[in-house]
Amino acid sequence: MPALAEMIARGRLIEAHRPCPRIAVEEDLWRAFASMLAEGRATLLGLWGEAGAVHMGLLDEAESAACIVTRPCPEGHFPSVGRAHPPAIRLERTIRDLFGLEPRGLPDPRPWLDHGRWGLRHPLAIHPAPVSAPEPYPFLTSEGEGLHQIPVGPVHAGVIEPGHFRFTANGEAIVRLEERLGYAHKGVDSLTTGAPIERAARLAGRMSGDSTVAYALAFARAVEAALAIEIPPRAIWLRALMAELERLANHFGDIGAICNDVAFALMHAHCGVLRERVLRAAAASFGHRLMMDCIVPGGVGVDLAEGAAAPVRELLDVARGAFPALIELYDNTASLQDRTVGAGVLSMALARQYGCGGFIGRASGRNFDARRNLPYPPYDALAFEVPALSDGDVNARVWIRIREVEQSLSLVEQILDAMPEGPISVPLPANKSGEGMALVEGFRGDVLASVRLDAAGRVACSRLRDPSWFQWPLLEAAIEGNIVADFPLCNKSFNCSYSGHDL
Amino acid sequence: MRKILLESLLKGPLAEPSPGAEDPELLAFAAQVASAARAKLGRSLSIREIDAGSCNGCELEINALGNAFYDLERFGLRFVASPRHADILLVTGPVTKNMGEALLRTYQATPAPKWVVAAGACALDGGLFAGSYACLGGVAAAIPVDLYIPGCPPTPTALLEGLLALMG
Repeated sequence: MPALAEMIARGRLIEAHRPCPRIAVEEDLWRAFASMLAEGRATLLGLWGEAGAVHMGLLDEAESAACIVTRPCPEGHFPSVGRAHPPAIRLERTIRDLFGLEPRGLPDPRPWLDHGRWGLRHPLAIHPAPVSAPEPYPFLTSEGEGLHQIPVGPVHAGVIEPGHFRFTANGEAIVRLEERLGYAHKGVDSLTTGAPIERAARLAGRMSGDSTVAYALAFARAVEAALAIEIPPRAIWLRALMAELERLANHFGDIGAICNDVAFALMHAHCGVLRERVLRAAAASFGHRLMMDCIVPGGVGVDLAEGAAAPVRELLDVARGAFPALIELYDNTASLQDRTVGAGVLSMALARQYGCGGFIGRASGRNFDARRNLPYPPYDALAFEVPALSDGDVNARVWIRIREVEQSLSLVEQILDAMPEGPISVPLPANKSGEGMALVEGFRGDVLASVRLDAAGRVACSRLRDPSWFQWPLLEAAIEGNIVADFPLCNKSFNCSYSGHDL
Repeated sequence: MRKILLESLLKGPLAEPSPGAEDPELLAFAAQVASAARAKLGRSLSIREIDAGSCNGCELEINALGNAFYDLERFGLRFVASPRHADILLVTGPVTKNMGEALLRTYQATPAPKWVVAAGACALDGGLFAGSYACLGGVAAAIPVDLYIPGCPPTPTALLEGLLALMG
């Protein structure tokens, strides 16, 4: 069984790609990489297209090594990875929708992001094709006595993002859930192609608003890898401070919202206060509640002014004072536990097969965190633990978040204590080409950024892969056998991104 | 639980005073709709939120309106689950083509009198996503808009100011 490194040596190395290798391969080697995924010897990091080629990111978790494999498709097709490795199916349907490249052997012939409303097909292909009218979308069937369907969305009852859920239920029990996504498809790839780096960075920060820091960080790190530049130490530490504040805000919000979905409003109210305090500290320190556009390629756009760390220190005190009582409240409220324990169980095998990241993966035994497994500065200089559980239910996903809040509070303190002085950015070299990749741990999981810059220093090709790509399909599996009324609870405990997934 | 409840009672509310609208555009709008809204709806408005393809940043701040600091419901404003119960549609996002029909049908399902509030830079003209093959480019491209609340995303305070202007 050849390891990833041996397989990489068989391809043609593309010199300009940093920090991990990128290789171009023939069809048989592409198939061999697909087999590695199917046999569980590597994890799929991403699968995306560009006009005339497909790229696949792979991770060897044992060796902490990653690579990108490129298959040129001059004939307009490539061997399907999804045929042997289901996590690739939606990614390949997307490649077909956007680029018109056919994944040969893909078991699902239906479109994914394309709902027939763009006025054209294959918008990112060299020659897009016209389209007449939307075609009906055949949902998968379930057969049996007494089954009924419940269609939900894309406009939901709560203040959430658009998506369609098709439930087939037997009485209260869900027999099958099928998701239909793509409603938030904004065509980000077409807007970044040919764009100046600054504009592409702003777009990256709007892939998924709740992860704006993580996306901006991933994109910036990919650009900096492509240009082979180092950024000042202070910028590195400021970025980590923003990333941990974002994680805190989202985890507080999620813990409260999950409890709210079982009608336990007290937790929601108190967690909402903590979330608001994080956002206010962020606004006081960095000038924007969500810290949008604060991280830019080359460093950070806004410095922590003299005394501006005080609101963050204050936040640490307040959160550390208030949070333990809330943990106790969660742990000791039987009516709450009655709903979260045993609900929406995701098996360890599926989490592993899908390379599922974030609190979903870690609640189902996949102990992966990009900050530790593929460490990037300053996390290699910080002390933190990565909590992991194996129950895989809603309760486990809550507990992972609770433990990560504690870790992030400690990280914020360490970062503030060790914050170096100095400049906060370096200018980007003009008219320099290169290729870079970065994997960054957002609150939801690992965000992958892959960027190629042309000789004019513009973005020739960019792809940002949301962790939700490998989480959404698992919600369908986790919900099976649960009651319809528990879907909002299970969905919130996953909290996948619609916008980040829909591109 | 009792300890937390007791402490909350003793500490008093976190809710902050109502933000006064200073924006001339908002004041003019308030004057225009105040009498009609007051006559037809009294002092309460029901809001149906529609994400027409936002990045979810706007939704985060709209959800923040419900927290203890902003406490939206004390003003008689509340989010409802169905457009059929709504007086206001609060729409975010550049209106993706995949959401165009859903937005229009939601608008049609809302009984008159109704107002449409477009929130966020994308909802005005598509924002950073303007010009994409996949976006209509702003809420006004799909349904008539009565009020625009700027920001990327709008802060909860900005949202509150805009919504309170509707109350007159």
